[in-house]
Amino acid sequence: MAKAIELNGINKIYGTAIRTQVLFDIDLAFEEQSFNSIIGQSGSGKSTLMNIMGTLDRPTSGTVTIGGIQTGSMRKNNLAVVRNETIGFIFQFHYLLPEFTALENVLMPYLIKHNRPTAEVRERANELMELVGLGKVKNNLATQMSGGQQQRTAIARALIMNPKIILADEPTGNLDSDTTEIVYEILRKVNSQFKTTFVIITHDRKIAEKADRIVEIRDGRISLDIARPII
Amino acid sequence: MSVSLKIAVRFLKSSRGQTILIVLGIAIGISVQIFIGSLIQGLQKSLVETTIGNASQITVVSPDDDKRFSDPERVMQAIRQAEGQITALSPALDQAGLATDGDETGSVLIRGLDFAAAEPIYALADRIVQGRLPSASDEAVIGKVLQAEWDVAIGDTLDVTVAGGKRLTYTVCGVFDLQVQSLNTSWFLTTLASAQERFDLAGQVTSIEMQVESGDVFLADTIAAELQALPELMDLEVTNWKAQNEQLLSGLNGQSVSSIMIQVFVVVSVVLAIASVLAISVMQKSRQIGILKAMGIKSRQASLVFLYQGLILGVLGGLAGVALGLGLAYSFTVFARNPDGTPVVALLIDPAFFVLSFLIAVTASSLASLIPARKSARLDPIEVIRNG
Repeated sequence: MAKAIELNGINKIYGTAIRTQVLFDIDLAFEEQSFNSIIGQSGSGKSTLMNIMGTLDRPTSGTVTIGGIQTGSMRKNNLAVVRNETIGFIFQFHYLLPEFTALENVLMPYLIKHNRPTAEVRERANELMELVGLGKVKNNLATQMSGGQQQRTAIARALIMNPKIILADEPTGNLDSDTTEIVYEILRKVNSQFKTTFVIITHDRKIAEKADRIVEIRDGRISLDIARPII
Repeated sequence: MSVSLKIAVRFLKSSRGQTILIVLGIAIGISVQIFIGSLIQGLQKSLVETTIGNASQITVVSPDDDKRFSDPERVMQAIRQAEGQITALSPALDQAGLATDGDETGSVLIRGLDFAAAEPIYALADRIVQGRLPSASDEAVIGKVLQAEWDVAIGDTLDVTVAGGKRLTYTVCGVFDLQVQSLNTSWFLTTLASAQERFDLAGQVTSIEMQVESGDVFLADTIAAELQALPELMDLEVTNWKAQNEQLLSGLNGQSVSSIMIQVFVVVSVVLAIASVLAISVMQKSRQIGILKAMGIKSRQASLVFLYQGLILGVLGGLAGVALGLGLAYSFTVFARNPDGTPVVALLIDPAFFVLSFLIAVTASSLASLIPARKSARLDPIEVIRNG
């Protein structure tokens, strides 16, 4: 099966005077439609890895290939288009725009590209809000929602452009266990329904074990890479 | 509506207090700028009007020793054809003389005027405080200072000795008040026909006086130069009020320059205030800009968010400033009045100046948003994502 994301020889070094290397020669690829998790302790470099995969950060050396396209030589604006059209982000701290309602937040990636929402995309946004169970509070401002609701809004937002890849950094990091369960159910549902590739970063082994493949990062290197046999 | 504009509007709405403060800041700055501008323009206009509103603005004289020239009709005809801005054209024959009334003696300037033609310049019909304008050749009107000093009554006669020892007798038929002490003392007005006849100077004049349209008052020197170039005026000399009032002009200039300086500094301080508030707002909104960039907003769109904010603030502040400036100007002209009912400060309400001030507000705040817009374009989303 084709690769959604491919990382080759990724090194990341921070600082110039005092150089801190956080990633060492990472080679990693994720297949399309797969549901993957990356685990590791805090400081292991997993968030840096995700930011590099999402083109938010550039590696010191190595190549990032998304959907078969090398991103290394792309300009800032082209990378923005790649992020807008092919990658959905779910961050740990929701990162909704507090000035907008939940539904407007969900529509935002579409507005960035097209300026004006069509009836179809509005319909899709409403459906996504129903999917994440927020049909009733979709017109609330982001700040008027609970943490779990904000996180589910962020999931709906990540899905609005129907991206090939969703990168989630600790999507349930600050949610209680019941809400965590709900969020994971939603992510799996999206994976099977929309065939979206998922890469989820977590430090919670219990959650990681629900993925089809687990990659463990330790001190900037891949220390474990196991795939659950597909049933 | 573009997404940048939508975000800009939402940003402004969400921090309503801050938005109102900036708009108010711009409004006050612009209203002060408008007020000062209107005040100075009004002051200058009334100053110019008092100085030259009732005087010749362009004068054709003769450089000859006797200061006289003939055939004024031909010259006036040429001027009429050459210049459309001339609103008044009046020939005059002046002769210095010595007036005596019993034991009182004083020097006067006998001016033979075509009263109909001179009316647009001197508005004599309104300035006759007693009696009427002269019509017969032995009639004359005198200024109210001379009348008061010599205690002259309407119908009294005065003797005037002119150059060459000629002694003429005039009957005073009226008294004028030109609101200038020296003119009220020395001018002694008769008809042009009377002057030409009694001085034996048929068909001769000493000057042709002109006024131009009020908007062209400051172009008097240019118009004068154009007139000087006419072949009919080759042997004559064209002077203008600007050449004769250099002190007034330099005063007006100084006033204009200082008024513009004040206005510029007011606008500069407005720009700095907006720029600093918008710069802070980029910091406040850096998280949002970071998220938008992670979601794929381009640098140009991100900077437009702040340019639009500047533009909107400028439009709102400009409108409010114009309204406030108008209100300020209006209340000054209505409530600050002299005992005689005229406004203390004569403001000039010029719509073009208001439009200009509005445009200045919009341009200034758009310029002020350039720095924050650049900052926003340069903001790296990873900084926000990494640091939460």
